[in-house]
Amino acid sequence: MGFILNMEQMDTFLDSLKEKYLIFAPKRFINGGNFSDTDCIRYDLINTADEIEFDEKSKYSFKEAIMPISQTLFYFTESITTTPEMSNKKILIFLRNCDLHAVDSLDKIYLVNGFPDHYYKKLRNATEFVVMGCDKPFENCFCVSMDTNKSEDYSLSIDKDIDKYKITSKEDSFTKVFQDMKVEESDVKPKFVLSNDITVNIPTDLDNTVSKSKMWDEYDTRCIACGRCNFVCPTCTCFTMQDIFYSENGKVGERRRIWASCMVDGYTNIAGGHQFRVNKGQRMRFKIMHKVLNFRKTFGKNMCVGCGRCDDSCPEYISFSNAINKLDSAMKEVATHE
Amino acid sequence: MDINTKKLKKNAFRVTKVRGITAARIRVPGGFLNSKYLPAIQAIADQYGDGTIHLTTRQGFELMGIPFKDIPQVNKMLQDIIDGLGINQEEHDQGYPASGTRNISACIGNRVCPFGCYNTTRFAKRLEKAVFPNDLHFKICLTGCPNDCAKARMNDFGIIGMTIPQFEANRCVSCGACVKACTKKSVGALKPVNYRPQKNHDKCIGCGECINACPTMAWTRSQKKYYKLTLLGRTGKKNPRLGEDFIKWADEESIVKIILNTYDYVKEFIDLTSPGGKEHIGYIVDRTGFQVYKEWALKDVHLPAEAVVYSPVYWSGLHFN
Repeated sequence: MGFILNMEQMDTFLDSLKEKYLIFAPKRFINGGNFSDTDCIRYDLINTADEIEFDEKSKYSFKEAIMPISQTLFYFTESITTTPEMSNKKILIFLRNCDLHAVDSLDKIYLVNGFPDHYYKKLRNATEFVVMGCDKPFENCFCVSMDTNKSEDYSLSIDKDIDKYKITSKEDSFTKVFQDMKVEESDVKPKFVLSNDITVNIPTDLDNTVSKSKMWDEYDTRCIACGRCNFVCPTCTCFTMQDIFYSENGKVGERRRIWASCMVDGYTNIAGGHQFRVNKGQRMRFKIMHKVLNFRKTFGKNMCVGCGRCDDSCPEYISFSNAINKLDSAMKEVATHE
Repeated sequence: MDINTKKLKKNAFRVTKVRGITAARIRVPGGFLNSKYLPAIQAIADQYGDGTIHLTTRQGFELMGIPFKDIPQVNKMLQDIIDGLGINQEEHDQGYPASGTRNISACIGNRVCPFGCYNTTRFAKRLEKAVFPNDLHFKICLTGCPNDCAKARMNDFGIIGMTIPQFEANRCVSCGACVKACTKKSVGALKPVNYRPQKNHDKCIGCGECINACPTMAWTRSQKKYYKLTLLGRTGKKNPRLGEDFIKWADEESIVKIILNTYDYVKEFIDLTSPGGKEHIGYIVDRTGFQVYKEWALKDVHLPAEAVVYSPVYWSGLHFN
């Protein structure tokens, strides 16, 4: 069912949800960018509809709303552990079509891959999604190639049309709110893109022998191992653990998990000091093969959803999509060597 | 030939080695101009000069080989540039007024440079409006960050951009990029404590390296912009020296006021018997003592609560006299 809301009605709708929901959306942080006098678009709790950034892609993805960057798992005293209190509110997340496909990638890792993760599951089960349509593709997007330009598994779709919000609802409780508000009903079709400026080709014969290709070597010197590509990625799920002992009483503390990056130094360190992937090119190889091959071997779908945020934020202008497009000739290169 | 060289110099023309030949100096505040003014500069050089241009050390153009008699025509041709650059002018079509206070120079700042902490051009233009025209010998220079590419410390007033890094602990992934950047590229104000960076605010110089290095926006810039004001650096024959820190975490308003106050101080204490009636501010402060200068400089200045004033200030440098 479709509805057309004006700004005021949209705010009334959001207000009606606030008691039950935490509402996350991409928001413009004015002067919040790395560089002076630049903005940053990233996720935050929002109060009003005009805080939602529709016109630009967010630098960081929605994932921090359900997979916090830093999360305390438990507090410990000498003999007791307690888990932190978590909000019992439901969560509503505004995100793009590709991002909703990314949720599925996160689910595969945290819910399907072995035992379900307690902390992720609690937040995830409380979450509903509002898909923000894309009028046109953003720079570096390649969702069409990854088949993530359209999605179905949402509660609401929303498109902003100047001062109107065009919404479709698949969720009865939301539909009822709109009907009670006597919002104008209309035949709304959610927007999505049918083509991107960038297309990628994942070779059908791709396998891990491509790791022997020379294509990875250029990244040894180009990549600075900052990890931005991982931290902005809506599908990267790696974390690491930290035990913090409070300084006033070293027997008391907390265990927290924080996002980790397979590109940052230390990721493959093991006891004794060995690291499996020293060269940045090999880290790049590991990341790319996980995103477009090895995840698929386990779960039957690609991990990467083609949002292009990795390319948007790489300070060294390394393109993930361009690296994928080198895989075909890299496969031919390793075939001739064998 | 009868030419008043005092007037000529104050009109931004030079007395050169060659009799009867001058050079026109075109100040460009902050070193920033629209390319549409370049054809006029080229035309003056071609029509009245020898067709060559010197890029001055303070971000201006010097057009060489101009006969004294052509000064009025050159001044007329300069009018569009003077209007376009927002130069305070006393008389239309009479060229640049005054040449004592030197062009306010600036690095490219945050319009382009990732390290720049503020818009140096905009601040340079604000100062231009506040201090010109003025015959007193002042050098003011703005640099975007503590790298000081503009060499602000070699000026009477060096304005160095700063930001107070803001840390959101829950966004930190302990990647160590900020600590590494601060240690290797800056002053080592960060150290890891319980996996997260801890900042020594007293040591921090506000360069923003931690913010640029942070991959998760755990570090962000302060909404307010801050500046370090360095004082009385100079080149010259007697005692060349670098400017010393006067105020850290100052604001734009206070800096403008301090510079204007310094003009009042110089008018009060300048040695009128010095050659050409010109004296560098630093030598005046050497004579009156820093405390007297400080009283004049900070009169009616309302610094932000964050500001740190260094007092007394001592200078070093080379002594040849």
